[in-house]
Amino acid sequence: MLTRHITRRSALRGVLGAATVSVGIPLLDCFLDTNGVALADTGAPIPTRFATWFWGCGLNPGRWEPKSTGKFDAFGPELQPLEAYRSKINVYSGLKVYLDGRINTVHFTGEVALLTGTVPHASTVEAPSIDTIIADAIGTRTRFRSLEVSCTGDPLHSQSRRSASAINPGEVSPVALYTRIFGPDFADPNAATFTPDPRIMAKRSALSVVAEERRDFMADLGAADKARMDEYFTSLRDIEQQLDLELQKPAPLEACSVPGKPDATPTGTEISVVQKNHKLFAGLLANALACGQTRVINIAYANANSSLRKAGASQTHHEYTHEEPVDPVLGYQPEMTTFYAAIMGSFADLLTALDSIREGDRTLLDRTLVMASTDSGYAKIHALDNIPLLTAGAAGGRIKTGLHVQAAGDPGTRLGLTVQQAMGLPVSTWGNASMETSKPISEVLA
Amino acid sequence: MIPLTSIRRGSFRARGALAILAAASLLGSAYAAPDQSAQGAQSGPKVAARRLSEDQYRQAISDIFGPTIKVGGRFEPEIRRDGLLATGSGQVSVTASGLEQYDAMAHDIAAQVVSEKHRATLLPCKPADVKSADDACASQFLGTVGFLLFRRPMTNDELQSHTKIAGDTARSLHSFYDGLGEALATLIESPKFLFLKQGAEPDPDHSGQFRLDSYGKAIQLSLFLWNAPPDRQLLEAARDKSLETDHGFAAQVDRLMASPRLERGVRAFFSDMLGFDEFSTLSKDPVLYPKFTLKVVEDAREQTLRTIVDHLLTRHGDYRNLFTTPNTFLTTRLGSIYGVPVTARGGWPDAWVPYTYAKDDPRAGILSQISFVALHAHPGRSSPTLRGKALRELVLCQKVPVPPANVNFTLVNDVKNSQFKTTRDRLTAHRTAPTCAGCHKIMDPIGLAMENFDADGGFRTTENGVSIDTTGELDGMKFDSPAGLAKAVQSDPAATTCVLQRTYEYALGRPLGKGDNSTIKALSDEFAASGYKVPELLRTVARTDALYAVPRMDLSLNTPGAGAVGAAAPTGETR
Repeated sequence: MLTRHITRRSALRGVLGAATVSVGIPLLDCFLDTNGVALADTGAPIPTRFATWFWGCGLNPGRWEPKSTGKFDAFGPELQPLEAYRSKINVYSGLKVYLDGRINTVHFTGEVALLTGTVPHASTVEAPSIDTIIADAIGTRTRFRSLEVSCTGDPLHSQSRRSASAINPGEVSPVALYTRIFGPDFADPNAATFTPDPRIMAKRSALSVVAEERRDFMADLGAADKARMDEYFTSLRDIEQQLDLELQKPAPLEACSVPGKPDATPTGTEISVVQKNHKLFAGLLANALACGQTRVINIAYANANSSLRKAGASQTHHEYTHEEPVDPVLGYQPEMTTFYAAIMGSFADLLTALDSIREGDRTLLDRTLVMASTDSGYAKIHALDNIPLLTAGAAGGRIKTGLHVQAAGDPGTRLGLTVQQAMGLPVSTWGNASMETSKPISEVLA
Repeated sequence: MIPLTSIRRGSFRARGALAILAAASLLGSAYAAPDQSAQGAQSGPKVAARRLSEDQYRQAISDIFGPTIKVGGRFEPEIRRDGLLATGSGQVSVTASGLEQYDAMAHDIAAQVVSEKHRATLLPCKPADVKSADDACASQFLGTVGFLLFRRPMTNDELQSHTKIAGDTARSLHSFYDGLGEALATLIESPKFLFLKQGAEPDPDHSGQFRLDSYGKAIQLSLFLWNAPPDRQLLEAARDKSLETDHGFAAQVDRLMASPRLERGVRAFFSDMLGFDEFSTLSKDPVLYPKFTLKVVEDAREQTLRTIVDHLLTRHGDYRNLFTTPNTFLTTRLGSIYGVPVTARGGWPDAWVPYTYAKDDPRAGILSQISFVALHAHPGRSSPTLRGKALRELVLCQKVPVPPANVNFTLVNDVKNSQFKTTRDRLTAHRTAPTCAGCHKIMDPIGLAMENFDADGGFRTTENGVSIDTTGELDGMKFDSPAGLAKAVQSDPAATTCVLQRTYEYALGRPLGKGDNSTIKALSDEFAASGYKVPELLRTVARTDALYAVPRMDLSLNTPGAGAVGAAAPTGETR
């Protein structure tokens, strides 16, 4: 009996012997080490990815928190749509935003304080958002440092900010996002052949001329303008890096499959439109992560003062939070609360998109850390305490899941610090003034 | 990087020589102080670099390469600061995803310019061999367009390095035109094109002060009047220094004022002042307002801009009458919302037809148009509060405070409560709560007079079966109809002060500071003397010395040492 054992060494031998950039093999599980966590031959670990997911107007207090802490048996009713992923989710309750005497620019303050660790000064953002800090650490070797989408049709609804002067605008159209990622510039990591494009080489060397003018261009500017121009040149560096990567044969990725081009869809704030576009975005972004195009994705499901609305309704979700009476029997605003079911249903769609892609012995969701945040606790009164916060995914094993952590009265920055540490960043404190913390949520750190 | 936003006052004294640098950051981002550590110390400070807006970018490309060159792509969003996008343009940068788009657009534009279709008309020379480099021809072309794109002559180094890009690329791709395209794309995505950097020089008339240099002055003037970077003639006037002379400067102001492009500048200014960028996300619920389509949104914006241009430029009308003028322009689509029969020539739905409202019509002036009443309403219902707030902030330049965080709206908006049927009923109940009263009483009495206008701009006299009461008040002036409100705005001195203030801020690209008070006073006297004619206002602002001064910093924020940057406050003198 003749058996051919394909070992990873025998499979690679012929290929590398030919010393060519044309590698035409899929990434089989035998290329992974025995734990399925690293690419065996190079020793490079399968990367951990990061995602932010933002919705507006909090949740009703008492209706989302699990009854017990630690391992819990059931979500509160408003998180029910996530039930299928309960074992992969953590719920954080009791966290709050401290204003330190600054005004509560309603909805905006809570959003920004949780994502930047610093309470904004009226409408001025004073620190970068956490996704950009993480992208700077883990996103520099991918084609896109990060990808942002905004599901409501307004690119400025994005929560990703490098500074007050640089909001990373969200892509609003799934077709445009598809073209950006999987259009003509996409190099399929599993393609049989690879030929570097001479046009990209030309463009790469042309851009270095612009980059070299940096010192000269900035020399005679004031400090604040220097900072703005620095952002331009950092962006330029990103493009150069993107081109460098496009000139190399990408490493094969088993989990990568190129999705089909979505049909053009209308954009807007009507909830079924938002849900549909979000689902398309979720699928494309999951594929972008699996295909190694980026490691950080940011999804603005809605803006902080949630403009979501139902067809034919005269009020938006945000207006319902303030204007709908509390039903005396139910104890909450029934019409407003229907939006929460829709929102969490969409969050479940994202988790489905991530969890349905397998990488080695785990799913993409297991290798990702999704941080879901909002702007307030009880939105009706713009409460900045007991703000519902969630994470999903295990960050490649660095986060324990299926837990409910109650941290009543602690600054919400504890989650941001925890997330940065789980993503491997060497930080021990994060946040500003009363939002500064050096206490990660150790219960969930593996 | 995060801009430094707070500096303790005491730190200046201790740091001595560093004070000038530190003080520069106090300006936010408006003007730069001389940076003594930089090599360009002798050339004086550089004025802040505003980012080209989408309209300015499109205009620049069209001016330089002709209107047949298409500009497609997504631009970085513009940000409103202190009431204007023009002010925000000095505080924005370019993100990675934004630069990705600028990069794609630049290559797309360059490819069109060097394409077979356009090269004969747009290029001044032909290469010796289309399959190889031709440095002489490339350099001739790049030097010419570089002057227009960078708004100043290219330096020798710049011209050489870009000619080299053209040559290297031509050799590797075996195509002269591909090489030239690559070099051109590099110019178009350069920060020297994307940011309007203005230079400064010592002011010979005021020792110790700085003013914009000639090219900086050309930029200031052209952005203000044409909403575009300077054209070739203006740049030539900067190059040959004729812009420095009173005569040469006045001739350029006259030329810009007389050009049909002035209309573009006026449209851009009012689009900015009236917050028309919000049109990009305006929509109404299609179930409730089926007639309010995307085409209506486009038409509504255009209707108001046409009304403004017609009233202010064509008819040379008084600014104040913009709020009461019965003259406007309609399309059949707009007519269907306004309830006015519009017969377009040949039934063409895009045709604009002049229309004059009858004397007793409730609709008159730009505030009764869809661009105001529908833009400042919810997707599914009207909003007296949003309309009142918009009128205060956009038209009268009065800031309405942010609402308190902990507000209880429940009782007042109980839609099942048979006591409160109309919006007025509901708001009145809400306004009586002491925490809300302070702000709502400055917004709602204005907006309630506009309740005849539904969320889509249509006219109505009842809401939920109850007849609508349109009595209202604006700072003591009482009225009982939208037309009455229009008259009150027309006679409110805040309206003329506001347009003047916004015009000057728009021209400066920064919000007003204390040092601008005397200029504003002088401008305001001239505006009144002209009978509130906007073209006169534009001309006066364009000829104001202070517009081209690089002001010293606000002394109240400074300690000795930092004051060395400037000596005397700019004067409000006009030429």
